Amino acid sequence: MSNVVAFLTRRRGGRGWHWTDVFMWAWLIGALVLMFGPALWLALSSFKTPAQLAEFPPTLLPYATQQATVEGYDKPLNLFTTKLPDGTTRVMAEVRRVGTVSQLVDPKAPSEIVKVNIADRQPVREIRFATENYTQPFEHFDFLQYLKNSVFVTVVATLITLLTNSMAAFALSKYQFRGRNLVLLLIVGTLMVPLSVLLVPLYSVISAVGLFDSLWGVILPTVATPTGVFLLRQYMLTIPDELIDAARMDNASEWQIYWRIVLPLAAPALAVLAIFSVVWRWNDFLWPLVVLSRKELYTLQVGLNTYAGELNVQWHFILAMTVVTMIPVVLVFIFLQRYITAGIAGTGLK
Amino acid sequence: MTIGSAIGQKIGAAIVAPIGWLAAIIDAPLKLWQRATGTTGMAAFFLAPNMLIFGVFVLAPFVINFLYSTTSGNAFFLPDRSFVGAEQYQRLLECGSYLDPSTCREDLFWKAVHNTGLFVVLQVTLLIVVSMITALILNREIVGRSFWRAVFFFPVLLSPVVVGLIWRWILQRQGLLNSMLYQFGYQPTEWLTDRFWAFAAGITVSVWAHMGFFTLILLAGLQAIPRDLYEAAEMDGTRPGRVFWRITLPLLMPNLLVVIILALIRAVQIFDEVYVLTGGGPGTSTLFLTQYIYEVGFASLLRNPGLAAAASILMGAVLVVLTLVQLQVGRRNEKKGARE
Repeated sequence: MSNVVAFLTRRRGGRGWHWTDVFMWAWLIGALVLMFGPALWLALSSFKTPAQLAEFPPTLLPYATQQATVEGYDKPLNLFTTKLPDGTTRVMAEVRRVGTVSQLVDPKAPSEIVKVNIADRQPVREIRFATENYTQPFEHFDFLQYLKNSVFVTVVATLITLLTNSMAAFALSKYQFRGRNLVLLLIVGTLMVPLSVLLVPLYSVISAVGLFDSLWGVILPTVATPTGVFLLRQYMLTIPDELIDAARMDNASEWQIYWRIVLPLAAPALAVLAIFSVVWRWNDFLWPLVVLSRKELYTLQVGLNTYAGELNVQWHFILAMTVVTMIPVVLVFIFLQRYITAGIAGTGLK
Repeated sequence: MTIGSAIGQKIGAAIVAPIGWLAAIIDAPLKLWQRATGTTGMAAFFLAPNMLIFGVFVLAPFVINFLYSTTSGNAFFLPDRSFVGAEQYQRLLECGSYLDPSTCREDLFWKAVHNTGLFVVLQVTLLIVVSMITALILNREIVGRSFWRAVFFFPVLLSPVVVGLIWRWILQRQGLLNSMLYQFGYQPTEWLTDRFWAFAAGITVSVWAHMGFFTLILLAGLQAIPRDLYEAAEMDGTRPGRVFWRITLPLLMPNLLVVIILALIRAVQIFDEVYVLTGGGPGTSTLFLTQYIYEVGFASLLRNPGLAAAASILMGAVLVVLTLVQLQVGRRNEKKGARE
């Protein structure tokens, strides 16, 4: 044990605690709370009932009043720790409440009704997760549809991105042809004009080709990512040309060379692009907001924003659906975070 | 790039495998095409899908944007619109004093310009300072560095809508922040409906969401600085502050410049997370350029695509200048690197 403490508190050069060490740990611990805390708080809140969400100050964990079925009453009754007129304190079940007077019975002896002031009783609370926040939006709202749309957009866009970007990257890394630099320059150029600049004309193009208000209209403008072409091209440049020449000797067609040799060798780069693409497309907001007008086509992000923008925000549903929207990204974070950070550090793209 | 590993291979293979049959089917016709056109033809074939999509959805809109900005009306079909020359630009730029949006014809545009300008300056400053401190800390010999690096990276992956909602939930009147203040005996504050605090919240939340990304790039730069320089400084008994100003900062400078410009480019386009957080309000106090373009182009009843296109071209011009500066800095770095 003392070894562990010694290891954890080991300082550079064996010197004692410098103020920078204190600052460093304060910064890191503070960051730990600040980076995960908000999302955790949202997740905890998403299991609270609307009544609990309205409480101020809020409790950390989701609570609900404990209930019990009492003989002679159809519905389960709420339990209260009650200060009885004779001075004793007991757990009682509330039958009804009239003004400031509460009528309670002993769950074990339900025949006798006791009347006390509501100030003399405290609800018995237990931790209960309001899972109906999660099930109801799927039953009563279009959230299942939004989820399907988001999954469709993410999967299809990622597949098309991988295919078209890798084909272009192959041509740009393994062929010498006139105009290659022009094509490269065009692609670099697009890094300068983000979607927010092209909003209006892109909308008119989408309308002109008949893709307005369709999921394909969301997908297609996003798939020719310049960053994807670059990432793959840089990686394919490291594949030795001798390999390709040898395959040509063996009478392999160009398509076979791309499919059988280059793609498998570029798998690590494809994996990075796939992860990026999934996160990008899952999180896209502005463009789907512009293109989609029918509610049944909304993606999760657009649907969430719409419900959160209503006059009477139903926070218990919004919070739960935000958690659902977060899940894929959290999974990516837990399992694939290493690849993304390596990809960013290596290329500077996001 | 250090990504080659067993899991990476597997993920890549799993993605490629299901469509393998498709590849086999199109091989035969492609062989004919290859025989007929040769290598150049094959290059064209491989480029075609990407460049077709690129041409239709990026290049064409880019050109059309200029046409739009010279027309008026609220029709989206270009031939239905009437040519007005530079009128939209004149309308945007007509101003009594550029320092006071209320004297301008398009007061909302100028309000958005002012807001965006202020946001860019404050957000990028805070973002760079915070990311820099974090990167310096992560560059020390600390236990579990990759864990801590991941901690800062978590919000980067969250969608802007989720980020906006998470913070709306915390900052709302009955939210977590106010209840904590209340328990310490302070008065609750209207974080999202007060002009000043809503703007501050927009800056803070966007820094929270993006600092992990910039920390990562700065950390990569810090780790490229040769260790022996620090060892030499330590042997000479140089004070840590001096080490930072004389070794770390100058050697990190190329990297830092790229990061600053990247942060500027992103900040100019700020939209989603602040839009979900505040909706541009209260009033117009968090209305930014992208939201202005979106609302003038699509959302408002009196939509004016021509005006939105003109505004987006002005914003695009700023971005192009920033990107050119970035490329220039990058090229200078490369040259320097070659000389050393």
